[in-house]
Amino acid sequence: MRRFLLAAALAVLSMPAWAAGTDAGKYQVVLGDCEGCHGKNLAGGVVLQTPFGKMVAPNITPDKDTGIGNYSAGDFKLAMTRGLAPGGRPLYPAMPYPYYAHMSDAEITALWDYMRTVKPVKNSVHVNQLRFPYNMRVLMRGWNLLFFRPAPIAETGPSAEWNRGAYLVNGPAHCGACHSPKNAFGADKGPLTGAVLQGWFASDLTSDRNAGLGGWSIADIVDYLKTGRNAHSLASGPMAEAVENSTSRMTDADLKAIAVYLKDLPPSRGNGGPATGMEAQVKAGAVAYDITCAACHGRDGKGSALFPPLAGNAAVRQVRPDSIVRMVLAGGRAAATPGAPTGPGMPSFGWRLTDDQVSNILTYVRNNWGNQAPAISPETVGRIRSALHAGS
Amino acid sequence: MARMLPKKDAVIIGLGWTGSILAQQLTDAGLNVVAIERGPWRDTSTDFNIAYMQDELRYAIRKDLFLKPSVEAMTMRNSLSQTALPMRDYGSFLPGDGVGGAGVHWNGHTWRFWESDFQIKTHLTQRYGAAKIKNLQLQDWGVTWNEIEPSFDTFEYLCGISGKAGNLKGQIQPGGNPFESPRGRDYPNPPMKMPYASTLFAEKMKELGYHPFPLPSANMSQAYVNPLGVRMGQCSYCGFCERFACGNYSKASAQTTILPVLMRKPNFELRTECEVLKVNLTPDGKHAKSVTYIDAHGVEYEQPGDIVVICAYALMNVRMMLLSRIGTQYDPVTGQGTVGRNYCYQTSAGARLFFEGKHFNPFIGAGSLGQTVDDFNGDAFDHSKLNFVGGGGISCSVTNGRPISNRPVLPGTPRWGAKWKQATAEGYNNSMGFGCEGSSYPVRENYLDLDPTYKDRHGRPLLRITFDFPDNDIAMSNYMSDQLEKMTKPFNAKFAGVSRLKKGWDSVPYQTTHNTGGAIMGSNPKTSAVNKYLQSWDVPNVFVIGASAFAHNAGMNPTGTVGALAFWAAQAITGQYIKNPGALVHA
Repeated sequence: MRRFLLAAALAVLSMPAWAAGTDAGKYQVVLGDCEGCHGKNLAGGVVLQTPFGKMVAPNITPDKDTGIGNYSAGDFKLAMTRGLAPGGRPLYPAMPYPYYAHMSDAEITALWDYMRTVKPVKNSVHVNQLRFPYNMRVLMRGWNLLFFRPAPIAETGPSAEWNRGAYLVNGPAHCGACHSPKNAFGADKGPLTGAVLQGWFASDLTSDRNAGLGGWSIADIVDYLKTGRNAHSLASGPMAEAVENSTSRMTDADLKAIAVYLKDLPPSRGNGGPATGMEAQVKAGAVAYDITCAACHGRDGKGSALFPPLAGNAAVRQVRPDSIVRMVLAGGRAAATPGAPTGPGMPSFGWRLTDDQVSNILTYVRNNWGNQAPAISPETVGRIRSALHAGS
Repeated sequence: MARMLPKKDAVIIGLGWTGSILAQQLTDAGLNVVAIERGPWRDTSTDFNIAYMQDELRYAIRKDLFLKPSVEAMTMRNSLSQTALPMRDYGSFLPGDGVGGAGVHWNGHTWRFWESDFQIKTHLTQRYGAAKIKNLQLQDWGVTWNEIEPSFDTFEYLCGISGKAGNLKGQIQPGGNPFESPRGRDYPNPPMKMPYASTLFAEKMKELGYHPFPLPSANMSQAYVNPLGVRMGQCSYCGFCERFACGNYSKASAQTTILPVLMRKPNFELRTECEVLKVNLTPDGKHAKSVTYIDAHGVEYEQPGDIVVICAYALMNVRMMLLSRIGTQYDPVTGQGTVGRNYCYQTSAGARLFFEGKHFNPFIGAGSLGQTVDDFNGDAFDHSKLNFVGGGGISCSVTNGRPISNRPVLPGTPRWGAKWKQATAEGYNNSMGFGCEGSSYPVRENYLDLDPTYKDRHGRPLLRITFDFPDNDIAMSNYMSDQLEKMTKPFNAKFAGVSRLKKGWDSVPYQTTHNTGGAIMGSNPKTSAVNKYLQSWDVPNVFVIGASAFAHNAGMNPTGTVGALAFWAAQAITGQYIKNPGALVHA
């Protein structure tokens, strides 16, 4: 049955050849996590919740009617590096052109060459669903004037590896798009100290020992980005998607470069220190934790080969508790990658635990086994629960 | 008219244990595979939420995860002279439903049938003479121990079975089962931690000169990473295993061992809530060209494929073959025909003991947690002076202390009121039991066919089960009850009672979901429906995987052998069939 053998051969051929550098343009898609917003087939349709309303990622396949089939190489470069669509129409920075602006001509060209080989898909997308006045694109001209500084990233680091890491983090991988706090206009302020987005808190990536990556080795960071898990934590929520679509497919050298750069970031101001005067809350939380959480995460908080530890896990010690509260209320799923295919899920406990119980449990978790982080109030839990119910 | 879909290399009917194994192996070999599953998608954190999985009323009593008779019922009778009636509720056995199948709510007892099982007729004839088994339709399976042993190993390592080897390459290992057939290596995980009742049982059995060993378990004694890289958690001994799905990723199932890898593959597709109505053959009846299925909206589709793998539950495999006219219906009067032949069940016996002042703490339980003696299983003991063949494993396992179902009380206790309450409080921590999982051997008149009267929601005839416990098995079970009674003596219990099986299989009280046979494997196309590779003799591009292939049922739970047969058949398809499609055995 020749057909079967052919199928087997094709399966082998379709292995990620770009990993070996034979398809530089496709690798740019990985570095830029284009699929994260534009979808697996790049035909768009992924909804982004922003503080200003809803945006839907457009179709960027070469379809002439609904995609970017009418773009020239120059049009593409302008969109990527200046945030301008053909005719000078400004894009919203939900498209992370402030980061892509740092990409070199050669990389943009390689990406464009690849984009032209993508299968065209007819899929019309209603992109701009923002609230008034944010839905007025003309405003973006002012935004660009105020906040957009397109320039190559200076290679000022101590090593080529550090420079490559700085380029990836601040360029195509656009880590700050999620992990840097935003000002009132949605522009970055403060580098990679963590930020709320789409109901999650994108963690502090600085070298702060408590809330940041200070407790992780370079190998820990590489493991996490490559497989979605390491000895300390599991990627979940939007980061699970970023790992699946992007970082797990990066080369080991690029992952190490990212890790070297992140480890060298100056520490943030931390998470505000331990909860004080919360003894009763912590005590109640301890009992509820043993009943509700210990079967998987262990009474010692150390987790297992499958379930993440809570002891020493920076994800539970972030300055804002949005991600862990959300995880308890709504559940979540870890990244599934070739290196760690399980993708275990955390079930939803929101129907069973009150706001008080969640705040007790998490305040206990944040202040036990060496963890230190401010208490979480029932009101905070209630606010996050309402936001979840509102479907944000 | 059904809508015609693009052809696939292989179409798998049902995505339970066997469907998942076949899909995994066939996609690994590069085939484009679609699995068509009647029930819903189910996954651990979303559907088996640990925060509500311990709802005994919903799952154990109202049977939330099981097949509903409104979807597919069966009819039953005890003998040819009776008119079969439909089971209005599943009771005696509980078929699974949805992705993962019965592997979602099984207990996890993972046995290997013995070398002597695969050549049972040859073995018993050599030892006792042909006359000893003349009333039984026993026959060899067509596969030998040395052929199948590596597939047992593959399944055990996929699942992370917790156990202790008793026979490593012929060397008997202390603490393991000395009666098991030789294995290539030990279990991947150490045995489970034993509860008090099982520990006490093992002590008493040793005193009696028997050979207790830890029951091989698909509950994880420790966290485990299987060869596919899928991780499982340590069992928490929560006591919500059988009838429940595991919310802790600590019971092997398709969900916890294969699906995370399988579902990511670009050459695999799953269609849930799609019920296959039949396999369509070419006009000469010698080649399957497609399957017809109906989706949740009632739309009919025809899915062509080069290979069709029937991986439904054992009984449903047989029905699918009959509805599709794959093979010839077995006739219990003439003994001719193969499909429906050698339907077997399981023959059980049990003992319950009551004490005073004990603390058995039955809430520390797991589906597959206990100690077993196999001294009276299979042909481990001499049957020459006995009026039967076969036997069973005797286990003291502690599965649960759940509040609705687990209320052991002394015989004679009122069924309600203050005395019942008092007895139930006393019995809870003062009672333990052990039981025999006995063999079920085929006889000419136990078989499966299509019911002449009752039909399903699509107008297709229901499966009809004609079964009663054969005289051989009744004699076997009563002998086992005698042994159980002797085994209770050294416990010095306040009370010890033993059950005794009688003729007249009753489909109402739960007994076991171990239905076997009906599409049995063998080396003779006149007496088996599939060959040693589980390939249909009549339609060689159809493979039928599951306990339907068992030529008889041994005195142990079937899943280990089902898993091994699935890997064995997959190996035949990927290693032989796709290189040279056609019959793999020429009779």
